[in-house]
Amino acid sequence: MFENQLNNISIGQPDKIKDEKIKISINDLSSYFGKTKVIKNISLNIPEKKVVAIIGPSGCGKSTFLRSLNRMHEVVGGTITGSIYLDGEDIMKSDPVYLRRKVGMVFQKPNPFPTMSIFNNVVAGLKLNGFHNKKILSEIVEKSLRQAALWDEVKDILHRSGAEISGGQQQRLCIARTIAINPEVILMDEPASALDPISTTKIEELIFELKKEFTIVIVTHNMQQAARVSDYTAFFYVGELVEYSDTKKMFVAPGKKQTEDYITGRFG
Amino acid sequence: MNETSDLIKAYLGKKDKGKNDSPSFIKKILGNGNIGDFIFERLTLLFALLVFLLVLFMGWQMYSNSLLSIKKFGFHFLANSTWDPVSETFGALPIIFGTVVSSFLGLLIAVPLGISVAVFLSEVSPNWLEKPLSFLTELLAGIPSVIYGLWGIFVLVPWLRDIVEPFLQNEFPNSPLFQGATYGFGMLAAVIILAIMVLPIISSISRDILKSVPDSQREAAYALGATKWEVTKIVLGNAKSGLLGAIMLGLGRAIGETMAVTMVIGNSPKISSSLFDPGYTMASVLANEFTEATSDLYINALIELALVLFIITIIINILARLLVWSTERKWKLNPI
Repeated sequence: MFENQLNNISIGQPDKIKDEKIKISINDLSSYFGKTKVIKNISLNIPEKKVVAIIGPSGCGKSTFLRSLNRMHEVVGGTITGSIYLDGEDIMKSDPVYLRRKVGMVFQKPNPFPTMSIFNNVVAGLKLNGFHNKKILSEIVEKSLRQAALWDEVKDILHRSGAEISGGQQQRLCIARTIAINPEVILMDEPASALDPISTTKIEELIFELKKEFTIVIVTHNMQQAARVSDYTAFFYVGELVEYSDTKKMFVAPGKKQTEDYITGRFG
Repeated sequence: MNETSDLIKAYLGKKDKGKNDSPSFIKKILGNGNIGDFIFERLTLLFALLVFLLVLFMGWQMYSNSLLSIKKFGFHFLANSTWDPVSETFGALPIIFGTVVSSFLGLLIAVPLGISVAVFLSEVSPNWLEKPLSFLTELLAGIPSVIYGLWGIFVLVPWLRDIVEPFLQNEFPNSPLFQGATYGFGMLAAVIILAIMVLPIISSISRDILKSVPDSQREAAYALGATKWEVTKIVLGNAKSGLLGAIMLGLGRAIGETMAVTMVIGNSPKISSSLFDPGYTMASVLANEFTEATSDLYINALIELALVLFIITIIINILARLLVWSTERKWKLNPI
């Protein structure tokens, strides 16, 4: 019986993942908007300090799945069943406010706070948490902006509005803002899809650096991007998890016909 | 098929021919344009200019019809506190004072309430509640002011006279705000009526402004671990200048409000620190005294008062528009 259960969970899980430390464990997750079931009984494990990419055609529930991981689905009125464990703790039982400080999020469109300076944008999350020591804040601003590969470009204009820089810089500012509160997991919802190729490359290089410290889950439309940045890839199709495996294996020798068709561009 | 296209060609040929035949001076004006567009553009421009000219004309009319009083009193008109038609001394200070104080205090009550209502409607209330509540607030803005005045006379004034004012006087016997006889009619009644009348304007405009803050801002805050209140603070920060515009529009309404205030303020040109004492506002003076103005100087003084009110209202509205416009522009400039 118990063995059977274990087997169930390991179905569709990458082989190598057994050697990893699991950060987030998702069991039988379904998501609803009203009565529409958007995600259907998905189980998968997300390893620590790795990049997991989620690919699939539009409307397959990638973003909804991602939002469930820090309960952002509640903001737009969704509900979920099943369970999600972060370090063994049920996230549905924790306070969403604290959960989101541990599981940060970067959105598709850069959304800096236009009424705040670049400096205040970076520390917005910290200030919410009641952090006001100027010296420590400036240290964190520099560290976060350096980590987001933005420091050299904005170090002289920290007082300017967060909306005055270019779209690519805005997105890196949003990443700096997210890592400033020192989360454990960063969720990225197509972070480069609104950006030009050069900014996209910068974001991808950044993801490569960030995974040394953070666990990253990234939703992307762009399969090359998934292949470039991720360690593991999950392929979603109409709300179901079709395949989840090592990125290399997924793109070289996909296990399922559906995956192969999607990756080679035959549909989607 | 071919027949149709021939027909079209023939028609267009005719049209072009007509154009080429037109006298050269028309061609000169039209350039390569079309005569219909030419007329349409000029006509709409004319109507737009007409509105502008009307405002200028009104201002000029008021100025030229108040010259007598402007020449006689000069700046004393604004600084003198005696408004006495019998001795023909006209100082508008107590009236300006009454206008400014009643509007300001009315706003002091209406602004926190109105913005709270807007925050509730835009950020907190569930969808099914938002629509009917918004409709009701907008309905309040549409009630004719004489009805507010009537309600003021029959409900608000007796309530103030019998309960609120004696209570305040007992509780704060030394406060200069609550001195004198408790008639009910007076500054306090005007302030409350104005607050009620301005509230729906402030709340409905503020709601629209809060709604125009993009959801991505709310999501950004939520994703940083913000509570609902902290998210609302960020939304309010984004909407700051727009909200200021909403308040200014409310102020414009309060300053110009005539009927309801006239019915409850007591109509006496006095400067008093007590809220129980009667006061007077510019709009009320105009409504009350125009029929009684017999001498030329009296009429001129009233028109000068109208001019002052006109200028103040225009300045407030311009400021409000500029503020609202500046928030809208900010969002358009930064689409990403």
